[in-house]
Amino acid sequence: MPAPKAQPKPKSFQDLILILQAYWADQGCAILQPYDMEVGAGTLHPGTVLRALGPKNWRAAYVQPSRRPKDARYGENPNRLGHYYQFQVILKPNPANLQDLYLTSLYKIGIDPMVHDIRFVEDDWENPTVGAWGLGWEVWCDGMEVSQYTYFQQVGGLDVFPVSGELTYGLERLAMYVFGVDNVYDLPFNDPDSAVPLTYGDVFLENERQQSAFNFEHSDVEMLKRWFADCESQSNALRDAGKPLPAYDYALKASHTFNLIDARGAISPTERQAYIARVRDLARGAAAQWAEQEEARAAS
Amino acid sequence: MADLLLEIFSEEIPARMQAKAEADLGKALGDALTGAGLAFDALETASGPRRLSVNVTGLPVKSADVSEERKGPKVGSPEQAIAGFLKGAGLTSIDQAEVRTDPKKGDFYVAMLDKPGRLTADVVAEAVPAIIRGFHWPKSMRWGTGELHWVRPLQGIVCVLDGKVVPFEVDGLASGNQTEGHRVHGRGPFTVTGWADYSKQLEGKGHVRLTRAARRDVIAKGIADVCARAGLEWVEDAGLLEEVTGLAEWPVVVLGDMDPAFLDLPPEVITLSMRTHQKYFAVNDKKTGKLAPHFIVVANIDASDGGKQIAAGNARVLSARLEDGRFFWDKDKATKLDDMAAKLSTIAFKEELGSLGDKVERVAALARELAPAVGADADLAERAARLCKADLVSEMVGEFPELQGVMGRYYALAAGEPASVADAIRDHYKPQGPSDAVPTDPVSIAVALADKLDTLVGFWAIDEKPTGSKDPFALRRAALGVVRIVLESENRISLLGVMYAMEERYLQFTKSKLEHYPMAVKSLANVEVKARRGKPSLLTLLEYIRAMESDARYRSYWSQCSDLLSFFADRLKQYLRDQGQRHDLIDAVFALGEDDLVLITRRVEALGAFLDTEDGATLLAGYKRAANILRAEEKKGALPENLSVDAALIKKGPKEEQALYAALTAVRSAIAAPLKAEDFAGVMSELAKLRSPVDAFFEGVMVNDGDAAVRANRLALLTDVRATLHQVADFSLIEG
Repeated sequence: MPAPKAQPKPKSFQDLILILQAYWADQGCAILQPYDMEVGAGTLHPGTVLRALGPKNWRAAYVQPSRRPKDARYGENPNRLGHYYQFQVILKPNPANLQDLYLTSLYKIGIDPMVHDIRFVEDDWENPTVGAWGLGWEVWCDGMEVSQYTYFQQVGGLDVFPVSGELTYGLERLAMYVFGVDNVYDLPFNDPDSAVPLTYGDVFLENERQQSAFNFEHSDVEMLKRWFADCESQSNALRDAGKPLPAYDYALKASHTFNLIDARGAISPTERQAYIARVRDLARGAAAQWAEQEEARAAS
Repeated sequence: MADLLLEIFSEEIPARMQAKAEADLGKALGDALTGAGLAFDALETASGPRRLSVNVTGLPVKSADVSEERKGPKVGSPEQAIAGFLKGAGLTSIDQAEVRTDPKKGDFYVAMLDKPGRLTADVVAEAVPAIIRGFHWPKSMRWGTGELHWVRPLQGIVCVLDGKVVPFEVDGLASGNQTEGHRVHGRGPFTVTGWADYSKQLEGKGHVRLTRAARRDVIAKGIADVCARAGLEWVEDAGLLEEVTGLAEWPVVVLGDMDPAFLDLPPEVITLSMRTHQKYFAVNDKKTGKLAPHFIVVANIDASDGGKQIAAGNARVLSARLEDGRFFWDKDKATKLDDMAAKLSTIAFKEELGSLGDKVERVAALARELAPAVGADADLAERAARLCKADLVSEMVGEFPELQGVMGRYYALAAGEPASVADAIRDHYKPQGPSDAVPTDPVSIAVALADKLDTLVGFWAIDEKPTGSKDPFALRRAALGVVRIVLESENRISLLGVMYAMEERYLQFTKSKLEHYPMAVKSLANVEVKARRGKPSLLTLLEYIRAMESDARYRSYWSQCSDLLSFFADRLKQYLRDQGQRHDLIDAVFALGEDDLVLITRRVEALGAFLDTEDGATLLAGYKRAANILRAEEKKGALPENLSVDAALIKKGPKEEQALYAALTAVRSAIAAPLKAEDFAGVMSELAKLRSPVDAFFEGVMVNDGDAAVRANRLALLTDVRATLHQVADFSLIEG
């Protein structure tokens, strides 16, 4: 096998995303669009978490905006954001050469393997909220975690078969690395030579400021608590009606609502555990029902 | 003679699992070959991020033919038994079996089974798939649509015997003779004929250093070179060295720079980010001995730019981490330590045992009580205890839990707390493992003991004890910590006294236990705790409790305390055993019911020294003889109670009996003073005086005299000998 070679660097943040999309489309992935709900991670898109369940094969890739209210920093931290992008790839079953496919995707976005030190460092991924875990690695590029690479073993508390390979690229981090930028807001969002060159800051800085203020100062905790309870009962009712997909949507809504409550530091550790358990029950319940239906549909 | 090469090639194996897997695979293959009658000259193994390899040399091509006999039923046995024997032995007719005669059992059948030797290749083809399927990993997984479990997806199996592939399949993966090298520098594939060729190709074109030792040496040497050139000193770290040895197939050492502005952060924050999060080695400035603004990273490539980008990239990641550290440090310093401590009441320690704030209250009270016994200022001990957990609510510890205690010390110093208070905040967690030092400052000792004892008594009160290999709250470590601190500082503490005192504090959390709590014992214990300094109060307490034995409540409470005490005893045994003391001596001293660890240890040491002398060994033999006679008598029927020696009767007896009586009387009164003064060497030298009289007694006197009165008197004398020795230890538990 010839030594791998890097391609020229992408021109911009969006160029990097487009390269990844084109590359994974070539690998037979359906390029999905972001899920239209607030989620904390790309994994939670039903295109990953629910499709990992059941007997049907599946390949998809997509960008997913992720919201983590607690990580918001009023736009003042060069590395941390309350709203950012993940690029998510799922291949079910995982092909035997998934590691090579992944590494090639890094070469495609300009990471030269002769110059950069790429490592697979043990990291057992777990998301108790959706009852999921898997084994895999954090992928490090010169000491920076650029992706999470996981072979799902369980989702919704159920063993998965076939096994999916899941890749999550932290897009901003990866881009900062590729472009040698120390501050996320300095990333070129589009081509710097274009008619209207835009940086990441031009697009998102003010959003980070205002959303941070909302997360930490202006959210109405009492109202959020009511919303949480409403989402919970809606999700339960939908599950009772045998509709796991919308039930899962309302589990996601409850989850994000909890994250907002949590960001205000308004709950004690014990209460916090109780909220997490409630979200987990919703998400797991919906996932388990979906898996059951998928099995039944495949059998019929 | 044939050589066997086996390589199991997979996606990246977690670093911490490689060495054990290497050893396990070597052992499993060796056992399988030996078990099949295939002896070999040598077996060597290697492991790395993507492969486990074994080389077996000097194997026969085939195992030897073996013939063995199989015993069958008696001649004339029922047909069914004969049929079963024929089937099991693979015979078609009973005529094929021989008939043997046994003088006792009579005639019976024997089948002669000839097992022809097997080809080594066949044995290997059967053994390797079985080893792979049954291999134990700490965590394993499935992948794709397969059923096999391995640590990460299995990618290839090389199995070559004498240059030829041993063909087999595991879950669809066929064995072969091709392997891969380093992903970037020399992927291959490489076709291999045996170990020599395999290691030559991989280490050459393949850019894979096969053995852990080779990689470790390359890294250590690389670090030494880099440091020598830059005037730096490597902060050696064997654990991290072992870890990075498992993270690179072709390790290359790279020196990176850190922004010196971060040096105003506590060095622990910097080294934690380096070693735990980034797996970098820290380096010191050779001249000052202080942390230098550089780090060493071990890469997995020989970069074409000499590692410039690797160094720069890693430096950027470190900066981002330290930037976070600085943010937390500044934020925490702006918060009062007392305010942090106040927040502890909102955090659960253990649901049944209240909040962390509750725990701190109890620890503070106990630290205050323990202070005089360990030579600490009571106010300082209490203050340190009140602050010792405060940093758990700090931003820094929230983000980096490993820094608990360390940050508290910095925040205390910044707030102007006394140095001994600040040190105690950091050191009360010690010892954190067998290789960690124990605290030595009295204030630290008081808080360290109080914290651990509080946890132990509490978990015993709610009946959450370690079981088997499960010890999620590290209670064994806590108890061993108490043992080590007490012994290494020679502090005298009554563990039972502490248990009584703590039980009271736990009452509010274990309300259900309230009715089981013997108030009478509690008040007695309180008196004893105050009065106690090296004086065993346990016997008094024991008697008191025995007197109440009819009451179930007392029994349940007592069993809890004695259970915890024996938990400490086990830890002490483990500790003393590691120090080379005999475990039987420890048992012998423990049997006395002592709860002062220092005293127990001194007794064990004095006893060990005594038994090493001729006097001691001979006296032990005499004791055993006496004890055996008494035990034999006790078996026949209990010895009469209040068996006491009749001095008048002795006078009429032989001189050996008189001499033993005289010596015993003298020794009993002579050991009282050294026992009280805890001068165990003195006690032993007195006991030594019993050796000759005991010996002479057994030589010249017959215990089993015809006269019942004389016999009873001699038994009484032996009972006294036994009782005298039991003041030092239960000699019956001593071996030899």
